[in-house]
Amino acid sequence: MADILRERERQVFRKGQEASFQIDCEKQSVAGSVSQRACVFCGSRVVLYPIADALHIVHGPIGCASYTWDIRGSLSSGPELHRLSFSTDLQELDVVHGGEKKLHAALCELIEEHKPKAAFVYATCIVGVIGDDMEAVCKSVSKEKGIPVLAVHSEGFKGTKKDGYRAACDALLQLVGTGSTEGVSAKSINILGDFNLAGETWMIRDYYKRMGVEVVSCITGDGRIDDIRRAHGAALNVVQCSGSMTYLAKSMKEKYGIPFMRVSYFGVEDMSKSLYDVAKHFKDKEMLKLTQNMVREELQRIMPLLAEYKKDLQGKRAAIYVGGAFKAFSLVTALRHLGMTTVMVGSQTGNKDDYEQLRQICDEGTIIADDSNPLELSSFLEEKDVDVFIGGVKERPIAYKLGIGFCDHNHERKEALAGFEGMVNFAREVHGSVMSPVWRLTPRKRASSTLEVLK
Amino acid sequence: MLLRHTTDQVLERTALTVNPAKTCQPIGAMYAALGIHNCLPHSHGSQGCCSYHRSTLTRHYKEPVMAATSSFTEGTSVFGGQANMLTAIQTIFGVYNPDVVAVHTTCLSETIGDDMVQIVAKAVGEGKVPEGKRVIHCSTPSYQGSHVTGFASMVKAMATQLADPNAEKNSKVTLIPGWVEPSDMRELKSLAATMGVEIIMYPDTSDVLDAPHTGKHEFYPRGGTKMEDIAASGGSIGCIGLGLSGSSAAVEALEAKCKVPGQLMELPIGLQATDRFIDALRTMAGVEVPDSITDDRGRLLDMISDMHQYLAGKRVAIFGDPDQLVSMTEFLNLLDMQPVYIVTGTPTPVTGTQTPQFDVRIRKALGGNLPDAKIRSGAQADMYLLHQWIKQQKVDVLIGNTYGKYIARDEDIPFVRYGFPILDRVGHSYFPSVGYKGAMRLLEKILGVIMDRQDRDALEEKFELVM
Repeated sequence: MADILRERERQVFRKGQEASFQIDCEKQSVAGSVSQRACVFCGSRVVLYPIADALHIVHGPIGCASYTWDIRGSLSSGPELHRLSFSTDLQELDVVHGGEKKLHAALCELIEEHKPKAAFVYATCIVGVIGDDMEAVCKSVSKEKGIPVLAVHSEGFKGTKKDGYRAACDALLQLVGTGSTEGVSAKSINILGDFNLAGETWMIRDYYKRMGVEVVSCITGDGRIDDIRRAHGAALNVVQCSGSMTYLAKSMKEKYGIPFMRVSYFGVEDMSKSLYDVAKHFKDKEMLKLTQNMVREELQRIMPLLAEYKKDLQGKRAAIYVGGAFKAFSLVTALRHLGMTTVMVGSQTGNKDDYEQLRQICDEGTIIADDSNPLELSSFLEEKDVDVFIGGVKERPIAYKLGIGFCDHNHERKEALAGFEGMVNFAREVHGSVMSPVWRLTPRKRASSTLEVLK
Repeated sequence: MLLRHTTDQVLERTALTVNPAKTCQPIGAMYAALGIHNCLPHSHGSQGCCSYHRSTLTRHYKEPVMAATSSFTEGTSVFGGQANMLTAIQTIFGVYNPDVVAVHTTCLSETIGDDMVQIVAKAVGEGKVPEGKRVIHCSTPSYQGSHVTGFASMVKAMATQLADPNAEKNSKVTLIPGWVEPSDMRELKSLAATMGVEIIMYPDTSDVLDAPHTGKHEFYPRGGTKMEDIAASGGSIGCIGLGLSGSSAAVEALEAKCKVPGQLMELPIGLQATDRFIDALRTMAGVEVPDSITDDRGRLLDMISDMHQYLAGKRVAIFGDPDQLVSMTEFLNLLDMQPVYIVTGTPTPVTGTQTPQFDVRIRKALGGNLPDAKIRSGAQADMYLLHQWIKQQKVDVLIGNTYGKYIARDEDIPFVRYGFPILDRVGHSYFPSVGYKGAMRLLEKILGVIMDRQDRDALEEKFELVM
């Protein structure tokens, strides 16, 4: 059993026979714990960073900018301005006297040189404390340069990543509605919450196009300022990564009456459903037929491939630890499709509804954890004798040390894991890692009683 | 590629850093702290900082990195971080039970004015620090200096807070290795052992960040300098500090506090710098240099002689941290190569120490050669500027951390990864670049890229079998 910090007892849960359950979540991490969470700034940065023709400048000391430099792997089909790391590199004197002048000068220099369509200025912890009036500087530069200059209130200590998502959405809401919606078709959508890691947005956009749906803007994968400005012309918002984007979708519903639906592009069922749901929304028989044909074609192509991988993966055990709980649902389903059981699942930022939903789709005995840390994670992984761990950069080394396969479903993924093609990539990656001969040499595994015969 | 926006018109910039050639203090302190045995580094600030630093170290070492955070909230920023820090200390000793907690601050905790001396004293006074355990701390505001400064501050804290001025006199030599890789630390220990010199080295990240695969995840890896050894360094016969930017503060502090005579020198990267290090050890400990080390030197010389025609006159651009750059420059100069562009985002001299300015150190390393070499350090000394220089006049080789790959690709330059961080290759944490063996490895890499390029671009009729 894991040595759980006493304060954390109510954030770890093992599924049993109970009718309902209580899990504490959405709490501040206990001071002194080794949490895997990041901060508000991180949340804002990862949401806005993929907007490729905007200038992104971090107002603060150098660290915040350098650690988020090209952090996301968000691909762009055009400008790559977003991949340069701009910072006002605040020094001691700036902290004492204020950094507004420096920010003003930096913005002007940069806008002159790069001529972006808009600029995002991110606040960091220190800006919140020294009291720089970023809004004022942004307004002034915007007036001078004639482009939107948006302040993102992402001071790191203001809450958790979720508050960062919200700050990012607030900035986006200032752009939405400022462009012309002329020519936008009635059968149009915005894709919210996909960040074009490994080209996933392109894949999704292509599916919708093949169905006959116009994609007005992608927020924010392969994002463009002009598209975002006219996003209010779309008839429907399709929202993935609801953790980061529900607030934006809800606000657009309130302001522009645009309905929204939640979708997931991970896994065969969820991917198909996300296409059918859109076709059904538009009540278009032709579109529905196109969708059915497309889905059938894709499934015919990938199902045999998946079946091959399932032969080896049947009965293997998986653990999941992700940022937002929404992704965990899709993963549990996708893994089940490959014949794998999820024996441990957790997230950094899930809420009560998320965990309830997880509890329902998981098997008995599954460990569900909120805001976990490396000690707990290692202990769960060993206890449950896991074959593959799905997570991000800070989870990978723990898996490898324990001799467990890994699949990065976060910033560092190189292959698209969304869509139909993505499901095959996912299966291939999981299979490749789980079946690697190197784990047979892991001492812990050699000593275990569930030893695989060395071939 | 993505840097096609770079122009070759250099405009003097006053307010902006583009593609920084440095990062902020705390990560250096975290890396140094990991070099203490059974130590949990602690980040006193928002959770983001700790997460980023751990992630970056993990990406560089491909190892799990443990560190705790004070998890600042809005309330903390108003009322101060004392409560969080006290809770944190209690949590850490209660659950993670390290021997040492090494606290570093962040820009946030510095700006709101948290007094770490007072807070730690309070923790001790309230019995939150168990008997025999220690909490050390250093001040690492991110708006000053760079990651190297943070590293230097934490190592200094080890000297001032853990070295014992009343330690029994021993015959050991204290070695402050500077910001080098675990493999380098291992090599330094090996060299000392071969010479029969007993050393106390800190920090020591070997067997911490290059730990073997055992199927277990050790929260505290078996490596790192033990607390009692750091204490004993107060009684050592002398102290050698490697890398002026990384080690001066600690060496000077150890001398002031414990009267251990200190000797500072540049990192032993390259033949001459390694000579000086071996000589210093020899003199301080009164030993002979064994044949095996002389032979290694001979092999390095042999390698250089065999291949010098591929190196002569090659123009090199290098960027990274001051200590590495100074020694590399000296080595490249010996190899008859031309380090024409040298950039570090770390400002020098190091505040509070006697270190000379960066360009003074570089000029010394160049020994009068290349008076037109472009050297830049500190603010606005970034990769964007380096790229612009390269666009104006090309180089034959680029040497630096992973961020150099964009420039290398855009300008089609042979690229050697060296420094921190290296996020896209392995080897740097397992194979040394210090010592004679390390120099041979660096030379192999440099030759490799130059000769690969020659093969790649050779016309068919000039494509050689023997090179």
